Amino acid sequence: MVFKPVSSPHRHAALSTARVMQWVIAALLPGIAVLTWQFGWGTLINCAIATATALLCEAAMVALRGRSIRFYLNDYSAAVTALLLAVALPPLAPWWLVVIATASAIVIAKQSYGGLGYNPFNPAMVGYVVVLISFPLEMSSWLSPQSLLAAGTSHASLGESLAVVAGASADGWTGATPLDLFKHGVNGQLVDTFYAEQPLFSGAALAGVGWEWVNLAFLAGGLVLLGRGIFTWHAPLAMLASLALMAALFWDGGSSTSGGSLPLHLFSGATMLGALFIITDPVSSAVSTRGRLVYGALIGVLIYLIRVWGNYPDGVAFAILLGNFAAPFIDNYTVPRSYGHQRARRATEHPQ
Amino acid sequence: MSDTPPTAGPGLAEVAGNGLWHNNPALVQLLGLCPLLAVTTTVVNALGLGLATLLVLVGSNAMVSLIRHQIGDAVRLPAFVLIIAAFVTCAELLMKAYAYELYEILGIFIPLIVTNCAILGRAEAFASKQPLGLAVWDGLMMGLGFLAVLLLLGAIRELFGSGTLLANMQLLLGSGASDWVVRPFGSEFSFLVLILPPGAFLVTGLLIAAKNAIDERREARRKAARGQLAKGAKRVRTTGHIA
Repeated sequence: MVFKPVSSPHRHAALSTARVMQWVIAALLPGIAVLTWQFGWGTLINCAIATATALLCEAAMVALRGRSIRFYLNDYSAAVTALLLAVALPPLAPWWLVVIATASAIVIAKQSYGGLGYNPFNPAMVGYVVVLISFPLEMSSWLSPQSLLAAGTSHASLGESLAVVAGASADGWTGATPLDLFKHGVNGQLVDTFYAEQPLFSGAALAGVGWEWVNLAFLAGGLVLLGRGIFTWHAPLAMLASLALMAALFWDGGSSTSGGSLPLHLFSGATMLGALFIITDPVSSAVSTRGRLVYGALIGVLIYLIRVWGNYPDGVAFAILLGNFAAPFIDNYTVPRSYGHQRARRATEHPQ
Repeated sequence: MSDTPPTAGPGLAEVAGNGLWHNNPALVQLLGLCPLLAVTTTVVNALGLGLATLLVLVGSNAMVSLIRHQIGDAVRLPAFVLIIAAFVTCAELLMKAYAYELYEILGIFIPLIVTNCAILGRAEAFASKQPLGLAVWDGLMMGLGFLAVLLLLGAIRELFGSGTLLANMQLLLGSGASDWVVRPFGSEFSFLVLILPPGAFLVTGLLIAAKNAIDERREARRKAARGQLAKGAKRVRTTGHIA
């Protein structure tokens, strides 16, 4: 009798790429639903335009590279990039803005580097930053949350939304985001006075009407993914902890030079989207658990620095791209100690 | 003395091919990237810097070739740098005299031509070993290759970044060129990222990729024309002599 030694695990239930991507899409749905509830049809229109553009670009690039279109479109990764962009871009953004962002993400950031698994930068964030620095006006016109619209008006209907996306003016519905308002409106007042004056903050429990719900929805979706074991807790927790630490350190008791309250930083802007959906991207993040702790913490600090002392109201996209830059460097110093060795080695260390 | 005859220098066609395509300073050697990326926001900037670099390259190659037997090995690099700096000063003064506004726009990048590695590289690798005529020809071809890439980059970034083409050509070519500007996408168009530094890297990367793709395709076609064996095909190994 032949005894064939096979080491554990003996039973496999590996998640396929397509299955992981489907779970990510499912986990994005609460966030998309809350965005639609608070800001109207714009988010759904963004999703449709971005997904169509992403699939077209992916198919074209895969065909140019001489690979199987069917195989690569079936892994749902282009759709995930598209949806991440669609929720990050302002609702009712002009259609060409969404198309340019998605095309840059897929064509330049993903396929030019060799496709899924080879992109050093998160494609959705590259697409976002390309349009953010190119079209500051369009990118800064967000909408007012539903409860803050002028009495008697409601969100743009589907028809009106489509007209705005095609080029009509969105003047009746636009409004500042909490981070934008805080950055440009505070003007040396005490934070509490400022919050009390602004309906966007005074009507909110945490961090700005509407926005806190958006962030909580992304948090809930992300926790589902965490529960399914699709990513580990290290990077998100480190990022949120370091961002919270920075916010607490520079809160300054709410003085006129305060950097903003802790809930504002945790539950406004793209914090939760970034922490649970973007920095958990296994391709562009650090690899080891220790590395992910460093990677997440670095991004948290960078987000705070850019938000408070930078030119842009939100800094999640820039911070994540800088983190992507640093990931290989972090990996070099955080190789885990392998069994039987006294200590961990650097990846580039010369073997003794 | 060895018996081998002195190797023949490269032919004119080969030098031209190297400068313009196979060993292009911008797309293959990746030298002089700093001005290449910094000033190519418009065609006129690219043309101004490209012409200045061309002038310096031809001048320094000629001078280095002329004195190549007199310069000792130990001091050759300082000597090359002095020669290049002298020609850069000439180019700078010429530009100040005849295209002052453009000189103001290009600013520090004109004096910085001194540090363009493509120029020092040609002096060291080519001009210091070749006769005058060939060195001048090499400087001309390398300069034209660099100029062509600058112009292409400037045209792409100007067209897709600010939506104009050939804007402000009067800065270099006199007032007759002031109405050359074309606005194919209307006057509102702008796509800032191409004007900003990231756009320079993106477009340069795409140009390098395009050049490599063209080279690969030509190589594949040449191989097919020669009827080479398919990849992985086997043949009998013939080592040694069969008696």
